[in-house]
Amino acid sequence: MTALLEVRDLEISFSGLSAVRGASLTVAKGETHCLVGESGCGKSVTALAVMGLLARNGARKATALRFDGTDLLGLDERAMSRLRGNRMAMIFQEPMTSLNPAYTVGSQMAEVLRRHRGTTRTAALDRAVELLTLVRVTSPGLRIGQYPHQLSGGLRQRVMIAMALMCDPELLIADEPTTALDVTVQAQILRLLADLQKDLGLAVLLITHDLGVVARMAHRVSVMYAGEVVESATAANLFARPMHPYTRGLLACVPVPGKIKPDQPLGSIPGMVPQIGRDFLGCGFRERCGHARPDCAGTIPRRALGPDHDYLCQLEPDATAP
Amino acid sequence: MTAPLIEVRNLTRHFRVRAGMFSDARPVIAVDGVSFAVPAGDVLGVVGESGCGKSTLARIILGLLEPTSGDVLIDGKSLAGLDRRERARLIQPVFQDPYSSLNPRRRVRDVVGMPLMAQDGMSAAAARKRVDEMLARVGLDPVMAERLPAELSGGQRQRVAIARALVLHPRIVVCDEPTSALDVSVQAQILNLLSELRRSFGLTYLFISHNLAVVEHVASEVAVMYLGRIVEQSATQTLFHAPRHPYTKALLASVLTPEPGLGIPETGLGDAMPDPANIPPGCRFHPRCPVAIDRCSREAPTPMHDRRGLVECHLEGAAS
Repeated sequence: MTALLEVRDLEISFSGLSAVRGASLTVAKGETHCLVGESGCGKSVTALAVMGLLARNGARKATALRFDGTDLLGLDERAMSRLRGNRMAMIFQEPMTSLNPAYTVGSQMAEVLRRHRGTTRTAALDRAVELLTLVRVTSPGLRIGQYPHQLSGGLRQRVMIAMALMCDPELLIADEPTTALDVTVQAQILRLLADLQKDLGLAVLLITHDLGVVARMAHRVSVMYAGEVVESATAANLFARPMHPYTRGLLACVPVPGKIKPDQPLGSIPGMVPQIGRDFLGCGFRERCGHARPDCAGTIPRRALGPDHDYLCQLEPDATAP
Repeated sequence: MTAPLIEVRNLTRHFRVRAGMFSDARPVIAVDGVSFAVPAGDVLGVVGESGCGKSTLARIILGLLEPTSGDVLIDGKSLAGLDRRERARLIQPVFQDPYSSLNPRRRVRDVVGMPLMAQDGMSAAAARKRVDEMLARVGLDPVMAERLPAELSGGQRQRVAIARALVLHPRIVVCDEPTSALDVSVQAQILNLLSELRRSFGLTYLFISHNLAVVEHVASEVAVMYLGRIVEQSATQTLFHAPRHPYTKALLASVLTPEPGLGIPETGLGDAMPDPANIPPGCRFHPRCPVAIDRCSREAPTPMHDRRGLVECHLEGAAS
């Protein structure tokens, strides 16, 4: 598989405070790559850094940041904005805050095409209707004349997805796209995303904190913790053989319906996520880890478990067994 | 059968909501004829999607909202007849967002001690001792007592909220989405803490959540709400293993378990969204129901009680 997005040793800091310290991941063409982790682990800023959308006090550094062979680090803002919304698009968690309340759905959708392709208004609106149909919005002709507040949460997210697809992007970055939605609507939206991914051959970088979403959507998974990718594997491998103590801990925390025994405590991870300052060294998980040893404060090796599975830990593969 | 600690009879709550400056106020029916009973020591889980009325129900039972009609009985006594202090000694809340439910200007010690101050007759020294005990019980380090809420993590704040709820030794705790704002590893800590405290203090919980897996983990009985009504209620194991209402089935089918390769389930629900300002005639679920028959759009089903619990569906009535 060819890499569409390649991120090598990405470091992000905000006013000198480190948020991501050396994250690497590769999204292949036509594949769904899930970036999973808890709040503050750096998954959203990683996506924003790829899109060139970091806040003004944010700085990014990487040994490679390539989209379809183009070095994104070398692009100026104009070149970047030609890519953004065009060949790479992004959708966010809260569709209400990412849609402009003062414009109709149709005019916001049409603007994408008019700006990137110079398409006429009528043609752009036709395309908007076509895409709303594709994302299974009923009566799309009516919807393009409506304002965001007239739509339900699920519909807004469908509009966001349709808008992101206006220019036939190759990469779609979705940051917690279903977190604000009810479970039944979440299932509908994820189903739509999975179908679009298959039908259009999209590469999707899906950011989520929900291991259930990861299991059902991902081809490949990267687990982030305290600004690092601590484990990366195919979805099948990650769930069958989680290696990093954090991945194992996280899996044990999830209550699985139908497998719950009453009055038996859930697995949990003691403590909380550390503050990673500028000089933070060693494994970010060591204070919460049952396997921690003195050398966890030093440089941590990335260990491979076959070509498709690696993790960042002092422990040898057979030593992380619970 | 023990006498129920909480009994709710035919509870209804309407709101009047204006859709815009010039439009007339429309009635919104948030809770529409809800009845249930919770025996002491049990956990009733209430699940449903946003707008189903579960938080309105919680606020009524906490005494924060007056019902439009119907009664809440606590230990056989009407909630409406209790004054604020008595109510606070019986029932306490734990809310979803620990960031907005704690006073940012007060130290943890004062936040937790406030209910003791509000009640009569506890000396400062005794109150101080009780606060320290409570903080220890919820797993907070003594140094946390002097901190401000802003200096704590989300999980620690929720522990403070729990300590405040329990400091008066209430009998009932209403938990409204207590872990929804937390990360999954912290959620597990808080759920385990709530279970342990329930056992050691002999508490009764009303546990409201949209997360079915969480409810299955904590609740002994589950009520499924849809547009203001309980459409199905039974013991947790029964409900999760043999759901009867099509809405319960769809909710359960929507849960994404961490099992790779299963794909995304088809819920069978249409695009129609439930709107409490515009409740459909007949069965209120029929516009989204994958198995609706003619009768469902014309005639509202009545609750059917049997040994498995309660279900409100024409198809279930016909089948049995």
